[in-house]
Amino acid sequence: MATDSIPERNAAAARGRAAIALIGCNHRTAPVELRERVAFTPEQAVRAANELCKMGVIEEAVVVSTCNRSELYGVTSEASESAPSAMVSYFTDFHKLSPDELNGRLYRHAGPEAVRHLFRVASGIDSMLLGEAEILGQVREAYNRALENGSTGPVLNRLFQGALEVGKRVRAETEIGARPMSVALAGVKLAERVFGELKGHSALIVGAGAVAEQVVEHLRLRGIGELRVVNRSRARAEELARRVGGQAGEWSNFESLLDEPDIIVTSVSGSEHVLTRALLERAMAARSGRAIFVIDLGVPRNVDPDAEGLYNVYLFNIDHLGEIVEQNKKAREAELPRVETIVDEHVTKFLAWQSSLEAAGLLDAFRARLEAERRALLAAHFANADGISESERARFERLTEELIDRIVQLPSQRLRHARKLRRPLEGLAALRDFFGLDPSDREDES
Amino acid sequence: MKLSMDFAALGLYVASFIGYTANLYRDRRWMGRVATLLLILALVAHYYALLERSRVIHAIPYDDLYGSMSLFAWLVGVTYLGLETFHRQRAVGSLVVPFVIIWLAVAMSVAPAAASREPQANGALFALHITIGILAYAAFAISFLLSLIYLIQNRVLRHGKPGLAFWRFPALDVLERMSLSSVWVGLVALVIGTTLGFVWEHRLTHRFAMADPKVLVTLIVLVIYAVYLLIVRAPAWRGARAALLCVCNFAVVLFSYTIVNLYFTSFHRYF
Repeated sequence: MATDSIPERNAAAARGRAAIALIGCNHRTAPVELRERVAFTPEQAVRAANELCKMGVIEEAVVVSTCNRSELYGVTSEASESAPSAMVSYFTDFHKLSPDELNGRLYRHAGPEAVRHLFRVASGIDSMLLGEAEILGQVREAYNRALENGSTGPVLNRLFQGALEVGKRVRAETEIGARPMSVALAGVKLAERVFGELKGHSALIVGAGAVAEQVVEHLRLRGIGELRVVNRSRARAEELARRVGGQAGEWSNFESLLDEPDIIVTSVSGSEHVLTRALLERAMAARSGRAIFVIDLGVPRNVDPDAEGLYNVYLFNIDHLGEIVEQNKKAREAELPRVETIVDEHVTKFLAWQSSLEAAGLLDAFRARLEAERRALLAAHFANADGISESERARFERLTEELIDRIVQLPSQRLRHARKLRRPLEGLAALRDFFGLDPSDREDES
Repeated sequence: MKLSMDFAALGLYVASFIGYTANLYRDRRWMGRVATLLLILALVAHYYALLERSRVIHAIPYDDLYGSMSLFAWLVGVTYLGLETFHRQRAVGSLVVPFVIIWLAVAMSVAPAAASREPQANGALFALHITIGILAYAAFAISFLLSLIYLIQNRVLRHGKPGLAFWRFPALDVLERMSLSSVWVGLVALVIGTTLGFVWEHRLTHRFAMADPKVLVTLIVLVIYAVYLLIVRAPAWRGARAALLCVCNFAVVLFSYTIVNLYFTSFHRYF
C-alpha cells in the first residue's frame, strides 16, 4: 500500500473490515405474485438505499430490481449477523409484507458468496432465460442510479464495476448468449436467415394466439414493413391489428392475402389445415415463386406438412422451433463451465482486492499503535531525564521513527507483492487479534 | 527461385484466416477488422511476390503453373476483399481465405527451382488480357463458393440442426446477392479480357483464332453465366436452383482452366 496516498489509505483503513451482505428473492425462490409485490421502482430503489444508509444498518447500498429479482446489496463496517437481519426487516416493512409471506423465499449471502452471486447475475447464468443479455443492462442501471444517489462507496463501486466487467467478458468470451432461446424469437431469427434484414419485408398474421403476438413483437422490433392480421373474427383481427400497428384483413379474402407477404405466422384453433398444400401452390404461382417463410404455431398444425416440400417455401411448426430452442439451450448449458471459470477468476480478484484493503487498514493500525507506544515511551523517558539536551531529544525522536519505518517496511513490501499475486490474504483477522489492533482491544487496555 | 515474399503472404493469409474464423465464432467486430487488415497485408505481400516474379521474367506471371496459380489466388483475394467491402459481410472470409491459402501453397509447391525464361507473348495489352481473364476466373470461383455455402445453409435450414456457424453466416438472400455481384464481376471481366485478347491477337497476326478450343469454351462460359444472370431474376428460379446452377457453371470454368488448358489449346496453357 506504500503507493497509495494518505487520504486513500485512511479511507482504506476505515473500510478495512468491510463486509458485503445481500438479501433478496428471485424467480427460483418466489412466485411471480410475490415478485410483483417486492419489486422496487427506480424511485423506491433510491429511497430504500438512502433509508438503509441513514438508519445505520449499512454504509453503502445498491438495490437491483428486475421482473425476476429484487435484491439489496449492502456494506457493513464489520462482519455482523445483525445487518442482514436488519436488511430483511427493512425489506419486509418497505413492501408491507408479513414475515410469514417471505418465509423461505428470501436468500441471504455474505462475503464471497454475495460477490459470487452478483457476478453470476451479471453474467446471465442466474437468469430465468439462461444467458439473457438484458440483465447486464439492468445491473448497470441499478448501479448508476445508486452512484448518482451517492449510496455507493469504495466497496460497492468496486463490486459492481467488477460485475459489469464479468458480464462483458462472459458475453465476449463465451457463447452463452449467442442463440435464440424462445420459440417466437427462434422463428423470427430463422426468417432472418432467409431474408436478411426484415425491414421492407411484409408479414401476415393468421389468428391471434399469444405466441403469435410475441412473434409480431419481434418482427416489429426488427422493423418489419407491412403487417396484416387476419382472423375468423373480424373484431379480434382489428383489435390485434390496432395493438401491433398493422392492418386487419378479411377472412373471406384469405387466399388473395397470401400473394404478398414474405412471412406468414399462423396461430388458429381448429383441427383442419388453414394453409393446405394446394392453397400454397396457388399462392406460390401467384407470387411467381418468390420465397415465403411460414411459422405454424397452431396445435393441431394449421399448415399442411406436405407443403414443406414446395420450392421456396420454408415451413416451421412449433415442434421444429421447439427442437431448435432445445438445441440452443443445450449449447448454452455447455458454456456454463466456461462462465463459472470467469466468475471464479473475478471473485478471487475481488477478494484479493478486499483483503489488500483490509491489510492496508491493519498496517495503518499497526503503525499507529507503534507510534503511540513510541511517543509514550519517549515522554516517560524524557520526563525522568533532566539533563537531556534538545539535540539529544531530536536524535531519539529520529531513531525511534526510523525504527518504526524499518519494522513496517517489510510487511508493506509483502503486501504490495500479495496484491500483484491477486489472491486473498489469509490470517489477517488473527494478526489483528494478535497485535490487539481492534478498537475494543484498546478500550480493554485503557 | 526466391519465395520469401510468398511465404510472408502465406503466413499473413493464415493469420487472416484465423482472424476470420475467430470472428465467425466470437462475433466481435474488432476481430473481423483485424482479419481484414491481415488480408490486406497478405495481398500486399503477395503482390510484391508477383512483382518480383514479373521483374525476373519481364512479363505478367502466366507462362508456368506457379505464376498462373499464384496470380489466380491473389485475384481471388482481391475480389473477395471488394465483395466484403461492398456487402459488409465478413463471415464467408473464413471459407474464401482457406481457398486462397490452398491455391497459393500448391502454386509454391510447383514453383520452378531456376528463374524461368521470358515468355514469348508480352506487352501491356497482353498483360491486361491475362490479368482480367484470370480475374474473371477468380470471381467465378468466389461465386461458386458463395453458392455452395448457400446450398449448405439452405439444407441446414430445412433439415439439419443449425450449429453456431449457421447463425453467423449471412442470410440466404445476402449470399445470393453476393454471388450475383461476383458473377457480374466475372462476366464483365471475361468480356473485357476476351475482347482484349482478340484485339491483341489481331494486332499481331491480323486474324482471330476463333477455332481455338479455349476461345470456344470461354464463349460457352460467357453464355452459361449470362443465362444464370437472366434466370436468377425470375422468382421461381431464385434461391437453391440458381445456386445449384452457379455451382454447375463453375464445373465448366474448371474444365476450361484445367483440361482445356492442358490438352486442347496451344497458347492458353496456364490461363
